[in-house]
Amino acid sequence: MDLLTFLQQLINGLSLGSLYALIAIGYTLVYGILRLINFAHGDLLMVAAYVAVMGVGLFSWPWPAAFGLAVGLTGLMGVLLERGAYRPLRRAPRISLLISAIAASFLLENLALVIYGGRAKPFPVPEMFTGAFVWGGLFVPRLSLIIPLVTGALLAGLFLIIYRTAVGRAMRAIASDLATVSLMGIDVNRIIAFTFLLGSLLAGAGGLLWAMKYPQVNPFMGILPGLKAFIAAVLGGIGNVTGAVLGGLLLGFLEVMIVAFFPAWAGYRDAVAFTLLIVLLLLRPTGLLGEALGEEKL
Amino acid sequence: MALLHTENLDMRFGGLSALEDLNLAVPAGGLYGLIGPNGAGKTTVFNLISGFLKPTGGRIVWDGEDVTGEPPHRLTDWGIARTFQNIRLFSDLSVLDNVLVGFHCRSHATWGEAVLRLPRYRREELDRRSRGLALLEEVGLAEAADQPAGKLPYGHQRRLEIARALATEPRCLLLDEPAAGLNPQETGDLISFIRGIQERYNLTILVIEHNLRLVMGLCQHLTVLDHGLTIAAGPPADIRKHPEVIRAYLGE
Amino acid sequence: MRLLNNVAIFITLAVAYNLINGVCGQLHLGPNAFITLGAYTAALLTMTPAEKTLNFLVTPLYWPLSQATLPFPAALLAGGLVAVAFALLTGFPVFRVRGDYLAIVTLGFGEVVRVLANNLQGVTNGPLGLKGLYPYTNLWWSWGVAVAATAVVAALVNSSYGRALNAIREDETAAKAMGINTFRHLLGAYLLSAFFFGVGGGLLAHLITTISPSLFTFFLTFNLLIIIVVGGLGSTTGAILAAAGFTLAGEWLRIVEEPTAIFGFTIPGIPGMRMVILSLALLLVIIFCRRGLMGRREFSWAGLGRLLRGGLPGSVPGAGRP
Repeated sequence: MDLLTFLQQLINGLSLGSLYALIAIGYTLVYGILRLINFAHGDLLMVAAYVAVMGVGLFSWPWPAAFGLAVGLTGLMGVLLERGAYRPLRRAPRISLLISAIAASFLLENLALVIYGGRAKPFPVPEMFTGAFVWGGLFVPRLSLIIPLVTGALLAGLFLIIYRTAVGRAMRAIASDLATVSLMGIDVNRIIAFTFLLGSLLAGAGGLLWAMKYPQVNPFMGILPGLKAFIAAVLGGIGNVTGAVLGGLLLGFLEVMIVAFFPAWAGYRDAVAFTLLIVLLLLRPTGLLGEALGEEKL
Repeated sequence: MALLHTENLDMRFGGLSALEDLNLAVPAGGLYGLIGPNGAGKTTVFNLISGFLKPTGGRIVWDGEDVTGEPPHRLTDWGIARTFQNIRLFSDLSVLDNVLVGFHCRSHATWGEAVLRLPRYRREELDRRSRGLALLEEVGLAEAADQPAGKLPYGHQRRLEIARALATEPRCLLLDEPAAGLNPQETGDLISFIRGIQERYNLTILVIEHNLRLVMGLCQHLTVLDHGLTIAAGPPADIRKHPEVIRAYLGE
Repeated sequence: MRLLNNVAIFITLAVAYNLINGVCGQLHLGPNAFITLGAYTAALLTMTPAEKTLNFLVTPLYWPLSQATLPFPAALLAGGLVAVAFALLTGFPVFRVRGDYLAIVTLGFGEVVRVLANNLQGVTNGPLGLKGLYPYTNLWWSWGVAVAATAVVAALVNSSYGRALNAIREDETAAKAMGINTFRHLLGAYLLSAFFFGVGGGLLAHLITTISPSLFTFFLTFNLLIIIVVGGLGSTTGAILAAAGFTLAGEWLRIVEEPTAIFGFTIPGIPGMRMVILSLALLLVIIFCRRGLMGRREFSWAGLGRLLRGGLPGSVPGAGRP
């Protein structure tokens, strides 16, 4: 294998992987607090993309305004989701909560279908994010550098919030023991809503980056990246932010490398994540960095 | 020879030692108490013996055979049944069904026989039903047989949990704080109830309690745990005077 | 006619799905995988070699599949058995986990099977699918299977094994303490449901006569989920009523869209109004009346008698939840 190809694929893997990582963090934050797979998380990517399409395309806003609004609205949508579909069921059996999450996901997708139609819309990628550098034989799209940078910056911000603020402390407390925390006078509902806000803002950013990487927007565009990012989160040990980043990068590299070195298998690319998940569950159900979860406490 | 004994049983969770070097020897027949303050590791002992936890060291020997690390359902097959500290009934199932689930592990009919209602299945099911009703009669819950188990009053739920465990036809019964949450009147009833079933079924009963007075009156032999360590063992009269025990209980 | 066949097939699928989701309480999200396997297996076995050559233009079908032809009932059975074999293979990773993890793993099966169906051109003809199947499925077959599935599942649920499965749903730890080998019990239910998914898939294939991987997406699973939740998780009677109601209502709901859908569950062409209504309905049912139409009650003649005499309406099908 020649070095140049490998470096090239490394760059592609890094950009795909950090995108998975960004989305995976949202899953892991929510799971850490509520022990719930937010099935609709992937659909938030789609929400962000459509808002941006509307802003730039329909209303001809400058892209920073449209993108800012897209991320903000996606955050709000996440909070709304928690309020409407999850909070009423917090004490209900687990299976009800999951079903509600799936229903919410379908609702978002089909609302988008009703509003925007099923045909994919091109995403207006701002000039700043297009183009590429060529170093030696290496082809580096600008976006491939921007995505890891944005992910890194957002991650740094997230760590600041989690480890340096009062809200972050409360989030960590809830993650370790919800019942006790609610006895200690912390407004659990507010913290949970805040967690959804954080996760959904990240999903919003992820959605825009995804839409620039694959500039087609359709109502179902969030499903596959959502599922894969979730698997990345499980891979790293769900509930663990660092794990989500690791898992995302790993999955991104793996997918890119498989397509690059076994072109005949390219069609199976979307099955890679799930196969990995099944193997993982057989060998190490807690993920790379996870502690024993999913086991019922006696 | 002891029916159930443990050899140097150790249980660590991460760096935390929940139980160290436990050597129990529970003789067949009779009531055996496991006491100690909160967090002493009593429930851990039960979770180990009933197979819900795998020990990090040591052995569990049941009736002469090493059963360390066997899964819970196998141990129930061997004849070890248990109740839980926070009652775990099948709340939406009827009281009778709760008991019938207990009988299930003793049935021989296969899936096919059950679906096709072949003679062996029908015979076993009839037998189960009549024995289930008899068992409910015995524990005083016959009238509530068709009610959902979750709707029973608390004291009755405790009894149902014990009845359900009896349905698995155990030789050894592990009771985890059976008197928790009961008033003195109910506790008195429960003591005579436990004595009653012990004699009738010739059971070996291992009881966890932190209510000292209750176990002193009930058990012939006690083991006292504190912070995972065995600090004393012997008949109640000795335990009462044991300085370590007094310190553990008064020093809290 | 097609509608009545559809109702019967959905009853089969819903009853099987309810066994694993409602009775055992495990959120299995992969019925579409098993239905796909059953549909393709049965279809490949009923087609004549000539029909196969006609279908597989790009990549020829592998031998011996290219030559084999079986009568319809045998092909249906084979579809069921292939689904069971897949269940046997996947049962081990699936039941190592519970809850959300189980949901996502089984969801993954649907995706993996779809990816395989799209790529294994020498077996499935890829995205083109299989066309021109002989419409073997008639009311006798579809209703015969529906009645058989219902009878078997109901007999199981009302047996000692059904009680054990209910116990696992209620409290798995306590079930283990009762001597129940929870893995083997769950696996048993999983295999049985897989069989009926497979047979149902075979029936479906020979009803619509054209199959392709895009027919068996997660939408299919989602529709089944709506059916059993609305019917009342755990109630076989509820699953049957809701399956019938859903299929008929799906027909009626098509009015709100352009008539692009081929039948009950295809992704609608442009508008998504029907799915909006359905997912909203599911959301409302799960939030406001979680027990669905039937709760966990079942139909019984005694209950019907009580209803007719105006007694205890609460224990009878059709009576709403208080």
